[in-house]
This record gives sequence, C-alpha cells and structure tokens, in this order.
Amino acid sequence: MSEKQFDYYLKGEKGEYEVVIGLEVHAQVLSKSKLFSPSETKFGSEPNSQVSLVDAAMPGMLPVINKFCIEQAVKTGLGLNAQINSFSKFDRKNYFYADLPQGYQISQFKYPIVGEGKVILDMPYGTKEVGIERLHLEQDAGKSMHDQDPNNSYVDLNRSGIALMEIVSKPDLRSPSQVGEYIKKLRSIMRYLNTCDGNMEQGSLRADVNVSVRKKGSKEFGTRCEIKNVNSIKFMQQAIEYEARRQIDVIEDGKNIDQETRLFDTKKQETRSMRSKEDAHDYRYFPDPDLLPLQLEEGYIENLKKDLPELPDQKKQRLISDFKLSSYEASVIISDQAVSSYYEEVAKNSDYKLAATWLMGELFATLNKEGKEISESPVSAKNLAQMINLIKDGTISGKIAKTVFEEMVKHDGDPSKIVEEKGLKQTSDPNEIENTIDKILSSNQDKVQQYKSGKEKLFGFFVGQVMKEMKGKGNPRMINDILKNKLK
Amino acid sequence: MTITKNTVKKISKLSRIATNEKFEKNMIKDLNSILKFIEQLNEVKTDNVEPLASTVDQELIKREDKVSLMNKKKDILSNSPADNENFYVVPKVIE
Amino acid sequence: MSEIYNLTLCQIIEKIKSKEISCEEVTKSFVNRAGKSKKLNCYIEDTFDQALKKSKDQDNKFESDKKLFGAPIAVKDLFCTKGVQTTASSKMLEGFKPEYESTVTSKIWNEGANLLGKLNCDEYAMGSSNETSHFGNVINPYKNDKDLVPGGSSGGSASAVAACLTSATVGTDTGGSIRQPASFTGTVGLKPTYGRCSRWGIVAFASSLDQAGPMTKDVKDSALLLEVIAGHDDKDSTSAQNKVEPFSQKLKKDIKGLKIGIPKEYKIDGISKEILNLWEKGVEVVKSLGCDVKEISLPHTRYALPTYYIIAPAEASSNLARYDGVRYGFRAEGKDLIEMYENTRSLGFGDEVKRRILIGTYVLSSGYYDAYYLKAQRVRRLIKNDFDEAFKKIDTILTPTTPSSAFAIGENIDDPIAMYLNDVLTVPANLAGLPAISIPAGYDQNNLPLGLQLIGKPFDEHTVLNNAFAIEQSINFKSNFKDWWM
Ligand SMILES: [Mg+2]
Ligand SMILES: [Zn+2]
Repeated sequence: MSEKQFDYYLKGEKGEYEVVIGLEVHAQVLSKSKLFSPSETKFGSEPNSQVSLVDAAMPGMLPVINKFCIEQAVKTGLGLNAQINSFSKFDRKNYFYADLPQGYQISQFKYPIVGEGKVILDMPYGTKEVGIERLHLEQDAGKSMHDQDPNNSYVDLNRSGIALMEIVSKPDLRSPSQVGEYIKKLRSIMRYLNTCDGNMEQGSLRADVNVSVRKKGSKEFGTRCEIKNVNSIKFMQQAIEYEARRQIDVIEDGKNIDQETRLFDTKKQETRSMRSKEDAHDYRYFPDPDLLPLQLEEGYIENLKKDLPELPDQKKQRLISDFKLSSYEASVIISDQAVSSYYEEVAKNSDYKLAATWLMGELFATLNKEGKEISESPVSAKNLAQMINLIKDGTISGKIAKTVFEEMVKHDGDPSKIVEEKGLKQTSDPNEIENTIDKILSSNQDKVQQYKSGKEKLFGFFVGQVMKEMKGKGNPRMINDILKNKLK
Repeated sequence: MTITKNTVKKISKLSRIATNEKFEKNMIKDLNSILKFIEQLNEVKTDNVEPLASTVDQELIKREDKVSLMNKKKDILSNSPADNENFYVVPKVIE
Repeated sequence: MSEIYNLTLCQIIEKIKSKEISCEEVTKSFVNRAGKSKKLNCYIEDTFDQALKKSKDQDNKFESDKKLFGAPIAVKDLFCTKGVQTTASSKMLEGFKPEYESTVTSKIWNEGANLLGKLNCDEYAMGSSNETSHFGNVINPYKNDKDLVPGGSSGGSASAVAACLTSATVGTDTGGSIRQPASFTGTVGLKPTYGRCSRWGIVAFASSLDQAGPMTKDVKDSALLLEVIAGHDDKDSTSAQNKVEPFSQKLKKDIKGLKIGIPKEYKIDGISKEILNLWEKGVEVVKSLGCDVKEISLPHTRYALPTYYIIAPAEASSNLARYDGVRYGFRAEGKDLIEMYENTRSLGFGDEVKRRILIGTYVLSSGYYDAYYLKAQRVRRLIKNDFDEAFKKIDTILTPTTPSSAFAIGENIDDPIAMYLNDVLTVPANLAGLPAISIPAGYDQNNLPLGLQLIGKPFDEHTVLNNAFAIEQSINFKSNFKDWWM
C-alpha cells in the first residue's frame, strides 16, 4: 500500500494543476445549554421553543458565558495537539441577516482560545500532516427557510446562540479524499473527547471549504473561493471537484478568479456565487464590550490535560503494540470509538489477529449490508470472541465459522450452541481423516502419479476432495499433515 | 480623512439605512465636522499604549451549563411585527 | 406642611412609615401634579391607575422593612419594564412591551416603590437636550423668556424630579446623561462606578460606558436609591462583585481633612465666567469645611470628548443593529429582506441616532479601525491613567458639571459639535469608569441653576456622597421656579 503515490492532479489544456484546500469546520459543542444563554440545545424541537430573551436579542439583554463550553473547546484544542491560549477575547462580527438577531455574531477574532495545532491523516500513500491554524468559540445563527412561502422567508431561532467551535485548518489539504479523511479524523477526535457528536445530518458538523488551484510544482497560492456551509463529506468532495475544475477553466481562458463566497447546489452539483454575501465583507470586528477577556489558569489547562481520555492516535499506537495490528488495521479500527471498544473486547477475550480479521471482514460487511452502526451490531462482541475461540481450539474450521457467523447474525446466537445444534463441529479424529484420504487417493491414482512426478499443484486438489467428502468439517491442519505424509 | 458621498452610501449600506439625496447631503456635512473633531486625537502620542476596552478589572463571570429557561414560542413571538405562530416572517431572502 | 410632592424621597418614606401620610395620599399627590404638568412632556407613558391601586393595597398591607415603601417612582424609558411600553424614545420601539423587568427597576419595586410611568429622554439616550426624542422635547421647569431644554439624555427624568412629578427617578449616564440634566434642572444626579449597577434590561447605547444611577432632589435620596439599585448581577458579565454599603445611613457631613483635587485642565476654552465663579465658590466651600484643596493635572482631558465620540458611536452602531424590524418594534415594507431593513432603520431612527450609527460604522470599518477606534481606546487608557495618578494624592475631584446653564430649545440642534460640547466635563468620568455626582450649587445671572461635579475613586461612592452631602448642607440650594406651566 505504501508504495502508492499521491496523484490528485487535474489536467488542463495547459498542464497539470494542484488543488489547495483549507477548511473552516463548524463543530457544535456538546452542551446542555447555549454559549451565552441558558436555553436548550436539543435538535428537532418545535420551532422557536428554545429561544431565550438573549437568543432573540431583546433590548437590554446581555451574554453570560457557559463554563462548560469553554472546557469543551480547551479539550478539543488539546485533542488537536494545539496551543491553548490562556488569554482570549470575544469580538463582535457585525452583519445583518434574518437569522442573526443581534445584528452581530459573538465570535473570537484576534485572540482565539486555541492556537496552532496539527492532525495526522492515514492515507494509502502514508501519513499526511494537516496544520490547524486556530480554534475559536462562537455563536451559531438561527435558521431561515426560503421554500415554504413564495414571498417570505421563515426564521426559527432555536439554533441561535448554540456554541460552535470553528476549527480553521491551514491550506494543507490537496485532494477530496484528504478532505474526507480530515473530517473523519476531526470527528473521531471530538467523539472520543465527547465535545461534539459529529452528526452531519443534523448540522452539528459542517464546513466552509476554501478552494484554489495552481500549476503543479508552483509554490504560490492561487486566488481562493469559499464554498459556504457544506454539510456532508460527499458534498464537500463534489464541491471541491466542481470548483477546482471551474477555476482551471477560468484560468485557462486567460481570466482571473474572483475571490468570492460561493454556494454548493447539491441538486445541480455545482457551485455558484452567493448574492447575499456580496457586501458582507466588512465585518467591523471589535471586542464585545458586554464581555471581559477570558483568562485560563495554567492549573485549569493542566487538569483538563490530565483527565483527557485516550485519543485515536494514542489508541492506534497502543493497538499496534498490544495486538500486533498493522498500521492500516489499527487506523481502521480506531476511526470510530465504538468500533475500537468492540474490537478491544473481542481481542482481549479471544485472538487479536483473528479478531481484527473477522471485525474488518465479515462483521463490517454485514453492518454495511444492513446499514447498521457497530452499536447496533447483530453479533455481540462476547459471541464473536467465543466463535473465534472455537476456531482456535479446533472445534470448528475457519470455513465452517462463516456458516456459524451467518447463523449468529440472524439471532445473535451463542456460537457453541449453533455448532452443537447444526452439527458443525470439526472432525479431528485421525482415523476418520486417514480413511477418507485413503479413499480419495485410491480413486484418483492417475493424479497421484502426476503429483509424484512433480505436479505439486495438485496438492490443493486432494485437500479439496477430502474436505468435500467430509462435508467441510475435517480439521484442515490435520488433513494437510496426513496428506503430506501419504504422498511422500 | 474626508467623508464623500460614496463613503456615506457605503457606510449607510453597511448600517442598513436607506438614503436619499437630502440625507446624503446632510450627512456629508455633519459627519465631516464630527470627523474633524475626533481627529484631534492624532495629536496624542500613543505608541506602546495598550488599548483600553473596559474599566472593569475582574474575571469574566461564567455560568454553569444548566438549562433554566423554557419559553413558549408565543412569548418569544409576541412582540413581532410579523409572524405566523411558529416563525418570524420576513420578506424573501435571496441567497 | 407643604404639599407632599415637595418632600424628598427620604422624607416621604419616613412619613409613610410613621403613618403620618398614607401611600395612597402620596401617590395621589404626584399623580395629580403630573397630570397637570403635561406641558413639560416628561412622561411618555404613565401607569397612574396601577400605581394608585397598588398604593391602596400597600396601605392595607404594610411592609415597614422595605426601603422605598410606598414611594411612587417613574423611570427613564430606557429601562425595560415588564408589560409596560418601553421605547427608548424611539419610533423604532413604539408599542414594544417587554416580557421582562430590568434588574435595576426590579430592585426598586422589590423595596416597595411603585412604578408611576416612563420618562422621556433623548432617542436611545443619544443627545444632551432631550430634543432627539420621537415623543417630542421635554421642557425645563426653569425658564427665562424662552422654553429651555432640561439637558439630556435623561431630560424627562431631570425635569420630572425638579418639577416634583415623581419622588425620585433612575436615569442612565453614558457621557453625562444623568449629571448634565441634573445640573440644568437644579437636581442631584449620580453616575456610579461603571459596573456598580447591572445593565441587564436597560436598552444599550454604549456598553462599556452606560451606567444607571439615581436622580433625586437631594444627596440623601441619592444615597438611598443607590444602595437599592447597586449590586452584583449574574446576568451582567461586567457587573462588579464589590460589596454595597448602606450609603444613606453612613452619610456624614464632616469631611474635614478630605483631599480634594482641582484639575487645571477643566478650565476649558469657552467656559463661562459664571461657571468659573461657581467653581471658585465650590472651592471656598470645601476649604471652609476643612478640606485640603490641591491643584491637580489631568493632561488628557481635552481629548476625552473626541475619544468618547469614537467609542460611544462605535459600540452604538453595533448595539443598535438588533433593531431590524424582525422580532419587535417598527417595521417598514420592503420588496426583499435588505430593503425591509433599510427602510425600517431609515424611518425608525431619528437623525442623531443615524448620525451616530454611521460614524460608528465608519470608525470600525476596515481600513479605519486602527486610526480611529483603536486610537481612541489607547487615548482612553491615557485618560484613565491620568485619574489613577491623580487619585494617589487626592480623594475626590471637584469641577463644574457643565460649561453653561440650560439653553433654549432649538438653539444647538443644528450643530452636532456644539451639542456634544455639553458633555465636555462629564465624559472623562465615563471613560475612566469613575463615580461622579452633580449637585446644584447656585444660579447664574438668568436665575438658572448650575451644578458642581464631584468625581471619586472607583467604588468609592461613599466618599463622593459624603463630600456632596457636606457641600449641599453648606450651600443650602433651594429651587425657585414658579409653576408657570400649570
Ligand atoms: Mg468562513
Ligand atoms: Zn464561524
């Protein structure tokens, strides 16, 4: 795998282009109440039912910050190996929009709570480091709906004021698949930390995607366009492909790229310029006079660091050293915390190598087919471990195990019972195996001759025939050994 | 610095205030006299002076992550000039 | 006995508690007088009926432990009052009835006072003459040949206290909006230390400067009302944790040995001879009270006003962005959202508010932020440093409150800078966050009242009040207007 080379270059008439991508990810902080108000953050509630006077920006209302949201941001920063800033400030970002009740968003501009960090991606061609520029806390806006009435838009402020972490990457990403891995990695880190649920369908994780292109080998950045608020990995990837291609066409036409904000139309699969953002570029940031600077004590940061759970990268190293997994296996298993817990339970109680094989093979295939998460797995970790133990102690063969597994999927049955009931137990009786081998060899004398005169490939044929005769239940290792002896 | 008609138009647009000839004319005059007045600050040497945003010298107050407010949508919509019992209603937004 | 409405807040409460007068009598006295004083245009909205009803209930259910029991109090229309129209004197908020009560006013009602109504002010507290109100200008009970402004922005409050249309009131002071109108109307206005009183529920003008404070007939009333409205509030992140003292009980007129500073830079160009004389008189008074008077220097004084006229509009331009016609208040039609916003804000705000929004937008906009806004914040630091330095040697600072006495309605309205100059002596205390009081100290040749200002150290309202009390006792100012408007 590692021999594979990075090769995402786009061909134009006048040469090859490299795509440069930076992301501004908006991750909703997992908290009960909003960033500056005590109203609820639940998803899918009745419209305008989670709106405090502060969220609706009633006259004279003031923000008071949620302690837990600060903690969540710091933890996430630590998870991104980032600098935690003991001094940060809240600024107002001023612009008008129907779902922005204050007429400004409280955000952090000059002094964010988290500074530079980095994230490591496992790509088929090796690891890829992506720099984090910053992470800051800010308020979410409400939601405008434009499609329910021909003349009007509707505004729901339930989301107004919910805490977001804006995680800004450096322009280090170079392909749609890197972007996909990056999002998955961020999501996995935040899920391990329990700081963001990463639920993209509900809008808990979305991103502004900055895209530019340049000639392959060039060191200078091209002019970028920002594609606003894309809420699935697939859409991000499609948007990047479209946008990069569009920019290449513009450049090859001898024209310049306009730095602008664009929207990805998921139906038409294209990006287009956003009219509503045309004059929004002067946000007139200034420190919010309703809030004081946020100061974090060294001890506070140290304590959070101490209590940090094991993170994906650490877990990967541990799985590699504890369970001798390959880097690839380990990175697949750790990408989801629930998967890794499942794996660890199976591995600890059976054989770690077989556990990885079965998890990433049969179990993943089953989950995929049934569209289920690991938490809904039809086969429990306990039963899978037991089944693997049946293979190890020779009760069943690996081949028979597939049949057992299929049975387990149907009703998470106890594998020993399934083996018992269905009579799937492996035959390890040397006499029975020897008799069967003798029978097969005598009815295939011609092949035996050919084998002895050098056609060693036929060994597999004999194994197969014996297995077939024994209805798949013969112990494969014993069949091998005895057969080798007989054919000497 | 001088405030021109274009400046007035630009900052009015940013402030979402509709303008007309008369308004612009008055504002050019008023804003320029205010500008001249505040530009007296240019006389003050402020190198190495930390900006002062607030005179409050204490830690930022923080609250616990508790939900203590449940509104009924009718309360939050009660003062609205236009709503439909569920949502605030605004003229169509073109994105 | 003179009429009840002539009594001070403390006298009224004392008489109520000793059952010399009933709550109902008190309320009736003010309601009747206010009813006959519509010409002064102090009230935007009255709640006389509820107040009368409540005062009757109070007579039946006596709560003598409450500090303001039975006092009828009207408040500046910048305080949100639950279920009662709150407009900030703007067309933008006409008809707006908050579902909530500001912290400061809640504290007043919790001590047994009754809301008498909402008092006129400059639109969004932007003005120094109460002429920018959507509900028309307020008239000063003092008058010469012309009708005079009461000052601003708490002009309705000042006139109402002076003319005895409320027992006391609370105003807000961003650049002098309590003290300047107090000076123009011969009343006492106190701007506490920034952070002393919660800003929660007060329509915001400039958040880093706004501060609520008492406006009363005398210093003792001021002390009492301050001790009621001051205190930390978890709902205001800038509200101070400092302990609130029982200011009214600790008031004493012996201020012997107090060190009082006289800032030489406050002798600004264009200050009238009469104001200088008044100041001189103040100095003589405190000397006679045994104070140690020193000349001090506050070198950046002349830059306070330009600094203020950057910072305040900048904050205001952002604070007033929420008035967009979507969730409350006025909305004008528009073919799309942007046009609706522009029409709403163009028709809903008055000229002075629009001027300040535009200048605020300008100083924050890209390319100008450093040159104006950041520069102003740096100068603000220097202004505060001047005070910090001075207060190492002195306890309070004595200055005039305003550079002139009340002027005629319409006199300054076309010249924003001339209007702004009204606040030249009051603005520095806001920028430095310091407590400052204006007390009436005499009359000019036209028989118009003039005020002296005392500025104190942060959270040292106690000393400021004592100092003011001592001067007040010594000068013994008496209001002398006739009830010409009735
Ligand atoms: Mg962005
Ligand atoms: Zn953001």
